[in-house]
Order: sequence, then C-alpha cells, then structure tokens
Amino acid sequence: MNSSLLLSITTFIYGLSAVLYLISWVFKKKGPGRAAFFSLALGALLNAGGIVLRWVESYQLGIGHAPLSNLYESLVFFSLTIAVFYIFIEWRYQNPTIGVFASPLSFLSMAYASLSPNISDHIQPLIPALKSNWLIAHVVTCFLGYSALAIAFGISIMYLFKLTERGQKYRMLQSFPDSRSLDELNHQMVMVGFLFLTAGIITGAVWANSAWGSYWSWDPKETWSLITWFIYAAVLHARMMRGWHGRRIAWLCIFGFFAVLFTYFGVNLLPGLHSYGQ
Amino acid sequence: MKKNNVKSGAIHRAWDFFTSMKLTVTVLLCLAATSVVGTLIPQNEAPTFYFHQYGKFFYRLLMATGLDNMYHSWWFQLLMLLLFVNIIACSVHRLSSMWKVIFNKSPRVNPERFRKLENRIEIEVNERLDSLQKPYTDIISKRFRRHASEKTDKGFYIYGEKWRLSRLGVYVVHASVLVLLIGALIGSLLGFDGFVNIPEGKSVDQIMLRKTQKTLPLGFAIRCDDFDVTFYETGAPKEYRSKLSIIRNEKVLLTRDIIVNRPLRFGGVNIFQASYGEVPGEKHVAGDLASKKIRLNIVDRHTGKTITQELSMGGTAALPEGSGFFLIKEFKESADFRGQEIGEAFLGLLMEKGKDPVEVLLPLRYPNFDKMRGGHHVFSLENIDDLLVSENKEPVYYTGLQITRDPGVWVVYSGFILMLIGFGVTFFMSHQQVFVEVTPSGKKCRVMLAGISNKNTIGMERKLKKLSAAL
Repeated sequence: MNSSLLLSITTFIYGLSAVLYLISWVFKKKGPGRAAFFSLALGALLNAGGIVLRWVESYQLGIGHAPLSNLYESLVFFSLTIAVFYIFIEWRYQNPTIGVFASPLSFLSMAYASLSPNISDHIQPLIPALKSNWLIAHVVTCFLGYSALAIAFGISIMYLFKLTERGQKYRMLQSFPDSRSLDELNHQMVMVGFLFLTAGIITGAVWANSAWGSYWSWDPKETWSLITWFIYAAVLHARMMRGWHGRRIAWLCIFGFFAVLFTYFGVNLLPGLHSYGQ
Repeated sequence: MKKNNVKSGAIHRAWDFFTSMKLTVTVLLCLAATSVVGTLIPQNEAPTFYFHQYGKFFYRLLMATGLDNMYHSWWFQLLMLLLFVNIIACSVHRLSSMWKVIFNKSPRVNPERFRKLENRIEIEVNERLDSLQKPYTDIISKRFRRHASEKTDKGFYIYGEKWRLSRLGVYVVHASVLVLLIGALIGSLLGFDGFVNIPEGKSVDQIMLRKTQKTLPLGFAIRCDDFDVTFYETGAPKEYRSKLSIIRNEKVLLTRDIIVNRPLRFGGVNIFQASYGEVPGEKHVAGDLASKKIRLNIVDRHTGKTITQELSMGGTAALPEGSGFFLIKEFKESADFRGQEIGEAFLGLLMEKGKDPVEVLLPLRYPNFDKMRGGHHVFSLENIDDLLVSENKEPVYYTGLQITRDPGVWVVYSGFILMLIGFGVTFFMSHQQVFVEVTPSGKKCRVMLAGISNKNTIGMERKLKKLSAAL
C-alpha cells in the first residue's frame, strides 16, 4: 500500500459520495444521504491517511518534507479541506442537499490531481526557495481559505436556484434550506474563507520577506490573491449596502470563486515567483 | 448667510460621498479590476521591451498611462488614497454614532424593544413565579457577563448582555489596513531595494537600486568568500550557499553563510541569496577601434532591402539611392539613452537630404536598437562579435544578492497581527443581548425569550432555542 494507491481509492470514494448525494436529492431518500455522508467521511479519512503516508514516504526517500509542495499535493490537500469543511456544515445544519454542491468539488479536485496527464504525482525534493517553516503555514491557510470560498460558491449556486422557486414549488428545490439560511451560511463561509485567505496572504508575505527580502513585490500570484481579496472584501461590504443582499452577493461570490481558481491555476500561465506550483 | 449654506452643503455632500459604502465597494472592485491589467502586461521592463512587444502606438499609450509600472502609477495610488480616506471617514462616521452604545456604563434596558422582536419564543413552565427567579438568574448570569433582573407589574424580567466590545472589531480591521498602508509608505520612502552580483573572492561596497537603476553606497563592504550550488540527483537545485564577510574600515566584522530563506541582517540592511551565475569571460572592446573596420547594415524599413557598408571611425557611408550619408562620429565607453545605461556604443550622424542631421546610437550590446527610432533606414552593426571579444578563462561564479532595507516592515507586521485579531473578533463574536420575561398565567408561568445580536441573526435564533430548552 502506498500513498498514490490510497489517494486513487479516495478519488473513487469521493466520486461515490457525490453520486449518492445526487441520488438522495433527486429521489428524496434519506438512506443514500446517510451513505453519502459516511462515504465522504471515509474519503476524508483515507485522504488524510494518504497525505500522512506520502509524508512518511518522502522521509524514506531521504527528501522528507510536508506533502504541500507542488500542484498534485496541493490538489490532494484542497479536496481534503473541502471535505472537512462540508462534513462540519452537514453535522451542524443537518441538510444533505448542500452536499450535492460541495462533494463534487472534493471529487473534481482529487480526480484532476490523479487523472490529469500534466500533473506528476512523484514525490519531488524541495527546491531552495521552498525550504522554509512557512511552507506549511502558508499552504494550509491558503487552502483552508480556498475551500471555504469553494463551498460558498456551491451555496451561492444553490441560492440562485432556490430564488427561481418564487411562488410555485419545484419539488427538487423544496429540500434546499430556505433562501435566508443559504444567504446566512454563504456569508459565514465567505467570512471564514476571507479570514484564511488573509492569513494565507500574510504568511506568504512574511515568508517572501524572509526568502526574497520583500514582503510584497506584485508578482502575478500575489497580485491575483489580492484581487481575490478585494472582491471578497467588496462582498462583505456590499451586504451592508441597500439592495445588495441575496442575488447580487451570490453572483459576486461565484465571480470571486473564479478569481480564486485563477489565483490557483491560471497564474501558472503567467511568469512569476510561484512557477513551482506547476 | 446663503453662501455659508451652499458651502456647508458642499461639505455635506463630500462627507456623504466619502462615508458611503458604495464608494468602498466601487473602489475595491476598481482596485481588483485594474490590478488584473498589471498581471497581464509585464511590469518594469525597459522601454525597448515594450516597443518591440506592443508596437509604437501601444508603446506610447503604455508610457503615457504608466501601465509599465502601474502599481506605482498616480491613478493606482489615487485609488489607494481614496480607499484610505474612505476607511477613515467611514470609521469616524460610524464610530461616533456607535460610541454611546459601546461605552455606555449603565445601559437602560428597554423591555418594549424585546417584546416586539420577531425571534421571541414563548413557553409555559409548570412552576410558581418566585421559584423561577433564582435559577433563571443563575442560568443567564452564567452565560452573560453583564446581567440585570427587574420586577415588572406582574412578574419579572432578566436581561443579559455580552461581548459588547466586539463591536470595535471592525474598527480594528480598518485601523490595520491604515497601519499596513502607512508601513508600506515608510518602506517606500525610507527603505531601498537593490541587488548586486559579487564574483567569488571579490567585494563590493555599493549596490544597484532596482527602481532608479542608480548606485547606492552601503557604508560597508560585502565580500563573497565562496559560493556553492548543490543539486539533487534529479538535477533540480538543492541549495545555493554564499559565504559572506562584512567588512568595514578593512576589518572583517562578521562572516556567515547565507542560503535562500536564511538571510543575513546587518545594521538594518538585509542580504538575501537571490541568484547566481557564471561570470562571463568578460567582454571587452577589442583593441584599438581606430584600426577596426565597422560593417554597417542599412535596412530600408519599407522594402526590407539591406545593404552593408564597411567604414572606419570618422568615415562616412552613402545611403541607398543617394538619399544622404551616415557618419561614424565617435565611440562611447558607456552611452546613455533616456537615463538608461546601455553600455558601449558608436555614435553616428545621419544626414538625409533635405533634413536636419540626426544623432543615431549603435550600442554594441543591443544589436537591434535603432529599430526603435522609427526612421526610414534602420542601422545596425554586423560585426559586433569582432568588436566585442570575450576572454575565456576558468569559470568563476558570482553570487546574486538582493539587498534591502525596510524600516516599515515592523509596522506592516503589526498591521498583519492587528488585522487577524480584528477579523477574529468581527467574524466570530457578536454583541448579544437577551431578554427573559416571566409572567404568571394561572397556576403556571409564561416565559418569553427574545434576543438581539448585531450580526448573525440566525445564530441568535439558534441560541434562543437552546436557551429556552435550558429554562
């Protein structure tokens, strides 16, 4: 048993969980919903196990480091954080329909990591710039932020669906939490995501200052993280503006998540300091 | 009198403008949108780069709008300033109205306010009135730091309140943004950011500044005693290590190894391992240029037709179709173009028929330099390799160091800490007030619970449900 195999199994379990959530929603059955929750929890356990195993393996190779150093490892960690956040939400809100929009994100992230031919799953030694204690703090905070914002994205989509209800009841949408709860939950996730995004930018800035001598140098990844930060700061303030509750906020959150995705993936297309993220 | 009104009207309007949330959201989204542009257009490149990359029209546009260095352009800084003013104005505006709520020593409880709340819960309890007061007060006082109990006409009420100061969290966040901006300003005014390459065994006492391309004396010398780069089996770099000595008045003050992520800090100056390279067998201008022949390419911009003329220093070459002459006037050891150092160059004089003579620079290190001039003919040197000769010796490495000084860094770091604390308070704590009223109804008691929270109203509802279960 090695970490790659364990993480491949995780991919399928996440996939299974996403399908079960869908079945439970479409057919309005409790059973598949419970099964979906347990398989997601199992997936998260295996996911975490895979990460730990990979950490151990890197030490066995003599190049020991936390498995948070390249795109493959970050995607694996991303799907774990999404799953953990969602498990917390379902435990607290007891509504499995949110899982329909959250669990596929975990699955897609893992599937992309495992299946994309451009992403190497080899354990690579750390290049000099990454040899720092800030690596773990920076990556963990960033991805906690990204995943909270990913879930806010899912909830925003649910919210927009829910709004189409208007008077006539669509059977499919009835099981969604009411729009007020979705809006509130969305706000909570944006707050958590924004806090961790900020912490991620801060740890990155402190790290950059100790590695390159400047806490901010307008490198594309830094700039895109700041763009994302500006967008979500606008989201938080827009809630206090008249007429900006609900629909517009949801759209802004969806838009913001695309900025997150570009910060994460798109920046690799531009030159800069984070080029090892490829 | 009337004049005065108009004036105060304008001030009011300005105040309304700067305290509006719309301005905040607009500025934030504008900052986001404009920042995108700076990640698409490479920043801080030489003017020649933009000219070749984007062509003449966009080159002029970029230079005029400052998009080549947009994060330091006046309009981007104006947006930042607008945010700065907006934050101050909003905070002053809201804090002045919040002040009484936050720092009220003895707040008066207004029962009517709670009785009208929509989130109120009413339950019936099978107990007598006086047997409830003590346990209920205990429950509330355990959960709420500030609490009060009052008799009403028929029964009593208990009021609980906590985390009132959490209302200040948002101002802490706003203050932290101001601290960050001030720290950045201190850094850009009093700090510097430069680099220097030191070959092994050599020492330097001045560095090149990134922004202005000027040199700056350090007040001490850095000597590179040794540089090492090691690689993994895969060929990826493992470690860059420079052994550096700090020397002042010919005395070695300290010697230390630096690697990436472990800089050397000395007297407020930070020295970082940034890059390395092989010292190129230094290129020199070959011997006596007077004796060298120069081969000059003349390209017609429109037809692309090229002719090559051979001439020596002081000589002239005829332009095609008898349209004029080109004279090699002199050789410059270090020529300068719009304040940019461009190295060795020939200075020529272009004399076209019916036009004033124009000076033309032919730098040895930028072969296609003259394209940028946009003239009818483009001049270039064909035999640069003859003129610049490299001396190939044993490879010598140099270490590339990033040298910075930033007295604002601790201000920025305190801003970071302040911001995280502020977020913690703003996002996860809210000013909560609950109200429990008990009135007798027959042999039983009617208990009404209601609560106010300055945010997270759904959380308050959940809290009230929990509380009602406890009562």
